[in-house]
Parts: sequence; structure tokens; C-alpha cells
Amino acid sequence: MKPKLTEAIKTIESHLLLIVLSFISLFPAFWIIMSSFKTGNSLFSDSLIPKHFTFIHYKELFEQTKYLIWFMNTLKVAVLSTLLGTFLLLLTSYAISRYRFKGRKATLTVLLVLQMFPGFMAMIAVYVLLNTLGLLNSHWALVLVYSSGAIITNVFVAKGFFDTIPKSLEDAARMDGASHMKVFLSIMIPLSKPMLTYASLMIFNGCFVDFIFADLVLRTEETRTLAVGLFRMVNQSNSTEFTLFAAGAVLVALPVTLLFIFLQRFLVDGLTAGASKG
Amino acid sequence: MPKKIGAALLSAVIPGLGQFYNRQWLKGLVFLLVGSAGIYFIVYDLTGYLRGLITLGEFPSRMVKVGKLTRMVEGDHSIFMMIDGLIALLALLFYTAFHVLNIRDAFLVGAARDGRWTIHSFGESLRHMGRRNFAYLVLAIPFVAVVFLTILPLIFSVFLAFTNYADPILPPAHLVDWVGFGNFKKMISLDVWSSTFGGVLTWTLIWAVIATVTTYIGGVLIAVLIHQPRVRCKKLWRTLLIVPFAIPNMISLLVMRNMFNNQFGPINSYLRAVGLDGVAWLTDPFWAKVTVILANMWIGIPVTMILAFGVLTTIPRDMYEAAEVDGAGAFYKFRMVTLPMVLFATAPILIMQFAGNINSFNVIYLMTNGEPVNPNYQYAGHTDLLVTWLYKLALNQSQYSFASVIGIVIFLMVATFSIWSYRRTRSYKEEDMIA
Repeated sequence: MKPKLTEAIKTIESHLLLIVLSFISLFPAFWIIMSSFKTGNSLFSDSLIPKHFTFIHYKELFEQTKYLIWFMNTLKVAVLSTLLGTFLLLLTSYAISRYRFKGRKATLTVLLVLQMFPGFMAMIAVYVLLNTLGLLNSHWALVLVYSSGAIITNVFVAKGFFDTIPKSLEDAARMDGASHMKVFLSIMIPLSKPMLTYASLMIFNGCFVDFIFADLVLRTEETRTLAVGLFRMVNQSNSTEFTLFAAGAVLVALPVTLLFIFLQRFLVDGLTAGASKG
Repeated sequence: MPKKIGAALLSAVIPGLGQFYNRQWLKGLVFLLVGSAGIYFIVYDLTGYLRGLITLGEFPSRMVKVGKLTRMVEGDHSIFMMIDGLIALLALLFYTAFHVLNIRDAFLVGAARDGRWTIHSFGESLRHMGRRNFAYLVLAIPFVAVVFLTILPLIFSVFLAFTNYADPILPPAHLVDWVGFGNFKKMISLDVWSSTFGGVLTWTLIWAVIATVTTYIGGVLIAVLIHQPRVRCKKLWRTLLIVPFAIPNMISLLVMRNMFNNQFGPINSYLRAVGLDGVAWLTDPFWAKVTVILANMWIGIPVTMILAFGVLTTIPRDMYEAAEVDGAGAFYKFRMVTLPMVLFATAPILIMQFAGNINSFNVIYLMTNGEPVNPNYQYAGHTDLLVTWLYKLALNQSQYSFASVIGIVIFLMVATFSIWSYRRTRSYKEEDMIA
């Protein structure tokens, strides 16, 4: 066989393989989107693409369930947690990265250890704690827990990022008489935009999809978040409302997915930065 | 007597006195106020709380005859007493730190006066603190949040492992007691517990190995596939294959559970359409395990792919050219150049991913919920990991103390692997050089 021909065959092979892989990768998303447009409410269908397209499930979602309320709840919790969480994360990682103080090494070790505990091992305790404080069924409880959790999950990535900013920049500013606060606000924060984007996206997404803790804290239908609502929808009624769930899932996943794909570059950077710290 | 000793002694007795003696009135007043609040708390409340923490309550709820009526009298609630006791303990710790700082301050200012140096005014002290201890000021808020919302609950959970807080011993009807290592012993020696524990632990480790290896190899292979010079539209393929990572995994897992539905799921209907029998994906113990691994591959491969991409772009082209000169084929180049480079750069993540996979709660809980049920197990199914078993024990069965024991076991496992890998990373070694 001529080398040119083998080369061509290999090229075709590679592309075929990629098509198959992409198909597998996209299939669940495609299937759920198609299901959401299907008539009836069952999981079963003889064809992937429905014969009759209908928007009825989307309509039902807003008319028969509390989807809109759940959506507003989720948005409220996620936005507040992202703001508070990013703020706390910024403070912590900046101090740890830039200052050498007594107990710094201990702080790092404690944070590392905290990362390793199974997340909801503390859940029972948080539950009892919230109960004593009268914060059960409150969105504030979620916001507090999510934002303090955000410190622990993201602090190493954020610290790693601050470590890469050259110290000479601050020294120059200090020579000109800038205070700690000034250096932090006018030099460090503007420089850490990529990291801030990554961290706040991670926090936001975490709030959007967490259902375990939210399910535990939120006791009434009015206070539920999307993740809890959807989880209950598909879990309790044993898939009898499958198409309704499909519509709900599409509405939640679509914006988040698009945002992720759009911000891919930041995510890749954040992931690699997180990886090199180990 | 030198002023430094006098001031320190005065402050040790009552916070703020040493500062008064040093003629720092405002500072002394602040210290006095905080100090007396602390001492008031220690004298009036602390002993009760600590006693509660030790005894975990003395009177259970009971019926008491008052005249002709029998009334329910509320007893001690062991769990609340435990939390109160813990908070009191933390408060005591904070107070001790404050007290020591107060003595130290009186001593230092006293020493300055002995040496006839000028003393800072209150405003100066504040400014000085802002300059010298900026890191502490900045860390104060996150510190409080982490202590109360993460550390305190964790200590509480660890404590639970040493109590008999498990159904049917539930407050307020019953009092909880400390049992030392009793739960750990039961976990090993009692047959109902030890067989479940052994089985679930084994599956957890097998799962973690397979889940890590499959996603890792899959991710690297796909990255290499796209990275070939002959592949067109690299960006398009990359974006298409990143989609599983972008979809919130809570949703994709719920969707996958329906896809793998034995009766109605599309996967089985396609299999039937081509004349094969459907597979009992979620109900057969073996196939359920295969299914969760497949689902995990779908979710996890994109992550490794992204990481591998980062590494691949850094491999210099001339290494491949050198290999070509030596007459290396595609596979040989992959084995001798690509793989070692990728492995070298990503080895620490591999261990971290392994540690992370021990805790893959979502995949199991949302796909199978641990099912199919295993009749030989205590509250666990065939696909349950330690972490989902813990969840079931605590939230469905109220077996809090056993759940905490498992939490500690998981922690020890994960910690071992993580610390081991962390110590191998460059950043840790560099840290050492700075410190």
C-alpha cells in the first residue's frame, strides 16, 4: 500500500472514531431534550426523535409545579453564596499566599485535612446546629454553609494563583506608600480576575446542583431549590412524570452548560492550576 | 519590681488592670470589658455546659404525677448538650487565647516603660495592629465561618462515633452515653456489621481503582486522538467531548438512570431492536456495578481529557521527530514519548482522583441508590460505597454513631492517599523552602 493511502485511511479512521465518541458524549443530552418535546408522560418511546413536537411540558412546568418559585430560590441562594463565598475565599487565599504569619503552616494543614472529610459527615451536626439556631428551612442557612464550604474546596487553587503573581508588583506599590488594603484592592483583585471567574463559577454551579444538603434543610415546597424539586419529581413518582422532569432538566442544564462551554478557557486554566498544586 | 512583671501579674488576675497600670486607659477598658464578660461566662455557664458534655444528660424525659394528672416532663437532650458543651469548649479556648494575649500585651508595654520608651496611644496601637497583623485581621471572618460551620460540626461527628447515639437510643426519649471504642469493636466483631463493612469496603476500593483507571486512560487516549496532526477541527471535537463535564452531573446522572432503565430505557430498546436481549442494567448486582462505572466514565473522562490536553501541548515537537528518525511507529511514539510525559505531569492528580473516587457520592446515589439490595448486608446494597452507606445509616436509619465510625474510616483512607500525594508535589517542597 502507498504511504499516502495509509495516511488517508488513518485520517478517516480517526475522524470516524471521534464521531462515534461525540455521539456517545452528546447522546444523553440529545435524548433528554427530545424527551422534553414528546407527547405523553412516559419514559418509553419507539423513536428517538418524537413524531409530534410539543411545548406542553414546559407550559405544565410553570403552571402545575412551583418551578418558577424554585428557580427564584435557587438564583437567590446561588447569587448570595457566590458573592459571600468568593469574598471569603479571596480573603483567605490572599492572606495565606502573601503573608508569612505564625500558624500559617498549621492553617494550610487544617484546610487540607478538612478537604478530605466526606462532605456530609458534618451534615447531621450542621442540621442539629441549624435546628438550635432556628435556621432550618431558611435559605440563609444554605448560603452560610455553601459559602464557608467554598473556602475549603477552592482555597488551594486560589492560593496557587496568588502565588504566581510576582511579588515585585506589590513591593513597588508599597514603595510608593500604598497600604495593605490599597495593595489588595487595587493590585491583587484586578489581577486575579481569571481565578475569580473560575472560583465564582464553581461556587455558583455548586449551589445550583446541590440537592443533598438542600433537601435536608429545606422542608417545604415553597422554599425548595431547583435541584431538590427536580430530584423529588423524578424520585418520588417513579418516572411517571418523566417528560415533565425532562423539560425541567433541560431548563436547568442548558444555561449552566452554555456558560461552562463559553467559559471553557477559564475552567481549563483553573483545572490545570489546581492540578499542579496536587 | 519592674513594671513589666507588675503589669503582667495585674492583667493575669483581671484583664485590663495591667493596661490601666500602664496608663493605657482606653485599651484597658476594652480589655476589661471583654475579660469580665469572659469571666462571667466561665463562672456562671461554663461548668454546666462542660458537665453536660461529660454526662450527656442525667434525666431522660419521663411521666411525672402532679396531683391527679400525669404530665410529660422534658428531660435532658443529650445531643443539644453535646453541641452546647462543644461550643462552650471552643469559647473557652478563644477566651484563653485572649487572656494570654492580654498578659503578653501588659508585659510588653510594661517592658517598654521600664526601658523608658514611648508608649503607643490607642489610635497608634490600632494602626500598628493593622500594619503588623494584617493577615490575622483578614483571616478573622473566614476563620469564624470555618470554625463554626465546618470544624465544629466535624468534631461533633467524630464525637458521635464514641457514643451509642443510634436508633432506638434517640433523644429526647433516651439519654445518649459515651461508649468509647465500642462502636469500632462492634464494626469489626459483630457479624451483621463486619460482613457489611468488609463487603462495602472491598467494593469501595475496587470501585475507586476501576473508576480512576478507566477515566484516566480514556481521557488520555481521547486527548491523544484529537491531538494528532492529521485531525481537523480540533476545537470542535474538544468542545463536543467536553459537554459531559459541563452538564450539571446531578442532572446527567438522573437522565442516565432513566436511559439504563431495564424496561423502558432507550439502551435496552436499541438492544432489543437489533435482536439482543436487554441487559438488567440496574437490577442485576454485576451489571449494576458495570453501569455505575460506565456512567462514571462518561462524566469523568472529559476532566482527564482537559488535563491531558494541557500536557500534550507542552511536549516539544522535536522529541517526536527524534523518535521518527529512530524509525518509531505511531504506537511506539505514544509509548516512549507521549505516555511518560503525560504520566509524569499528571501522576499527583491520579492519586487525588483515586482519593476523590472513594467519595463519589452522586454517581452511586443518583444512578442506583446503592441497589440492588443485598439481603446479607446491614442497610446496604450491592453498589453502595462506604460514603452512601454512611448516608443511609445516618439519614434513613438513624444509626448516627455507626455512620460516624464509617466517616472516620473514610477519612483515614482518603487522608492517607492525599497526604502521600501532596508530599510528592512540587508546590509542597517549594513551600518548605519558603518557610
